[in-house]
Amino acid sequence: MGLLDKHGAIERNATLLLVGGLVVVSIGGIVEIAPLFYLENTIEKVEGMRPYSPLELAGRNIYIREGCYNCHSQMIRPFRDEVERYGHYSLAAESMYDHPFQWGSKRTGPDLARVGDRYSNEWHVQHLKDPQSVVPESIMPSYGFLAKAELGYKNIGDHLIANQRVGVPYTDEMVANAYADMTAQADPEADWEGVETRYPKAVLGDFDGDPTKLTEMDALVAYMQMLGTLVDLSAYNAEENYR
Amino acid sequence: MKNLGWTIVLGLAALAAVLAAAFGQDQLYQTHAWILAGVTAIGAIIMLRQVGVAGEGPGDKTGYMDDPIRYGVILTTFWGVVGFLVGVVAALQLAFPELNIEPYLNFGRVRPLHTSAVIFAFGGTALITSSLYVVQRTCQTRVLSDNLTWFVFWGYQLFIVLAATGYLLGSTQGREYAEPEWYVDLWLTIVWVGYLVLFMGTLIKRKEPHIYVANWFYLAFIFTIALLHVVNNLSMPVSLLGSKSYSAFAGVQDALTQWWYGHNAVGFFLTAGFLGMMYYFMPKQANRPVYSYRLSIIHFWSLIFMYIWAGPHHLHYTALPDWAQTLGMVFSIMLWMPSWGGMINGLMTLSGAWDKIRTDPIIRMMVIAVAFYGMSTFEGPMMSIKAVNGLSHYTDWTIGHVHSGALGWVGMISFGMVYFLVPRLWNRKQLYSLRMVNWHFWLATLGIVVYAAVMWVSGITQGLMWREYDAEGFLVYSFAESVAALKPYYILRAIGGAMYLAGGLVMAYNVWMTIKGKTRDEKPIVVAHAASAQPAE
Repeated sequence: MGLLDKHGAIERNATLLLVGGLVVVSIGGIVEIAPLFYLENTIEKVEGMRPYSPLELAGRNIYIREGCYNCHSQMIRPFRDEVERYGHYSLAAESMYDHPFQWGSKRTGPDLARVGDRYSNEWHVQHLKDPQSVVPESIMPSYGFLAKAELGYKNIGDHLIANQRVGVPYTDEMVANAYADMTAQADPEADWEGVETRYPKAVLGDFDGDPTKLTEMDALVAYMQMLGTLVDLSAYNAEENYR
Repeated sequence: MKNLGWTIVLGLAALAAVLAAAFGQDQLYQTHAWILAGVTAIGAIIMLRQVGVAGEGPGDKTGYMDDPIRYGVILTTFWGVVGFLVGVVAALQLAFPELNIEPYLNFGRVRPLHTSAVIFAFGGTALITSSLYVVQRTCQTRVLSDNLTWFVFWGYQLFIVLAATGYLLGSTQGREYAEPEWYVDLWLTIVWVGYLVLFMGTLIKRKEPHIYVANWFYLAFIFTIALLHVVNNLSMPVSLLGSKSYSAFAGVQDALTQWWYGHNAVGFFLTAGFLGMMYYFMPKQANRPVYSYRLSIIHFWSLIFMYIWAGPHHLHYTALPDWAQTLGMVFSIMLWMPSWGGMINGLMTLSGAWDKIRTDPIIRMMVIAVAFYGMSTFEGPMMSIKAVNGLSHYTDWTIGHVHSGALGWVGMISFGMVYFLVPRLWNRKQLYSLRMVNWHFWLATLGIVVYAAVMWVSGITQGLMWREYDAEGFLVYSFAESVAALKPYYILRAIGGAMYLAGGLVMAYNVWMTIKGKTRDEKPIVVAHAASAQPAE
């Protein structure tokens, strides 16, 4: 066992042990993760993806803050039962602007990748306030406080800038109008033209049943109502995007 | 204890200031809060240096620095009980949703508190404490620097407090096991680099020619966690005076980076570090040498090489490209071998001392730890096979798997370490009660068995109900029906967890009484009836 005898040199030299160990643990990460950043087929070619509208982004931050990912996945696997239950399997392109990703690892509750447009705003609000009133078997906690909490986010423009810096294609026009767009999206009285052109398919109007107030409930429901609705899946070609 | 009061006041003031800074509305307020936090924290550390809550032990005369280790043993016990308690609360919330108290104690905030309390508070404190004990003994030298040791020790505890309070108040990055926000991550990075310098420096000034195998594992744990932590937490803060940040990576790249981190938090925090613990405390308690030197070399290098590749098995059948999934699966299956190399090396160390399983409840605890290590490192590779994962992923099976590793392996080997250290660090002849160790052993072991068995049934039930079709080709169950079906299992799981918690409380009492210098009036574990059991001549 000549090779193992040479191991004595490493056992007598702490620096050698450190450097050798670092090299050994770096290899796997470099081979597996690095190619995802330059292989062009990692993210499928699709139509319809856009950055989150300011209201959706704020809603997504509430989703993260409340730890929804602990019980809900946003990643439909390509199995017959999942596709029938939740809709078309999830594409990498659909989370390309997600910083961070929220694919989840546990389904204590159902997958939410395509929950958008499935239920009415009223249903969502009622369900968040008192889940058992609409789904008696549910073990979800109640989130009624969201309807009382004002949204805040006076600095939503800074949030868009931070996203810009990590690669989300927000334009300077989007940043400049961020706060106005955020309030307009949930205000039935507002002029929606700007939001609609900047964020196609954004769901517009009051969400929480109280048009006079912009609440965290408005933002969270706005986010959930767009989940999985952006990409035109009828135009998606699975063979061309095989990875 | 002359400065204890001041230390506590300053510590609380620093904590309040940090919280004020993190959640303050305007920048001026936040800046001031940070300054206040810095000043009070420095004051608290200065005061803390002069407090002696844990008392003095024999180590102080041997030239080793054992003060932080005494604190560490107490805190390991404390965080263990806290972590298990929060776990039982979370388990009960899943069985009885009325137990959620919005917004601060909803399950979504409690669950990260539980995972971090167990992994980072209990596990991390156990690792830092034991590594400092082991590296000094096996290198025959004092730590590199006393001040650096105190900084690493209390700095890490500050990280725990910031992380835990952050979760309940709603500060999270939304990445499992890496929830703390950017400024808490920066603090941990500083502490961790200090830890690496401390450990390396102590290795370099050793008086023994060889670096003992336990230290290879501790060192691999320290430098790999540094690497994982820094890369996975790269993010862009919205403002330097705000708590929110956005991950540097998006979507599929972010997912693999996170699970490269997540799986190796298991591989290096919960495996390599605790293997270091095993390699010192098991031979010591059994009074036998490590079984095979060559096996330890082979399994050390193959373990640290292969673990890093296994992350993609958390992303089977997702939008991660197939080539990465397959690579992750292949390495996960291969990982079975080096894992069992460690198990064999640990178990076979008892060669010639197997009778101690009967006579020494501390050895029994360590042996069951290694047995659970072997069990979970078989189950893990099996679950990483795509066909199996298709059923197990997203279900409670994963939760059961994690707990047989965390409660069985990590918990039990740490309890063994605590029981080994307490009499030695406080210069007591023996523990307060060995019979209570025995009670702890059975409460914990049966608790894990209940927990794991229930989660297998629950997970497989869930997985099968989701994919059940009737003869006409329709899905049989709605999602809500699968939730309702799991209620009995969730109650049973909470009972298993409560048993494990009860064992932890027994340990806490035993440790406390041992520190106070008491011994319990009890019958010895082994009744000497050997003479009568001999066959007649």
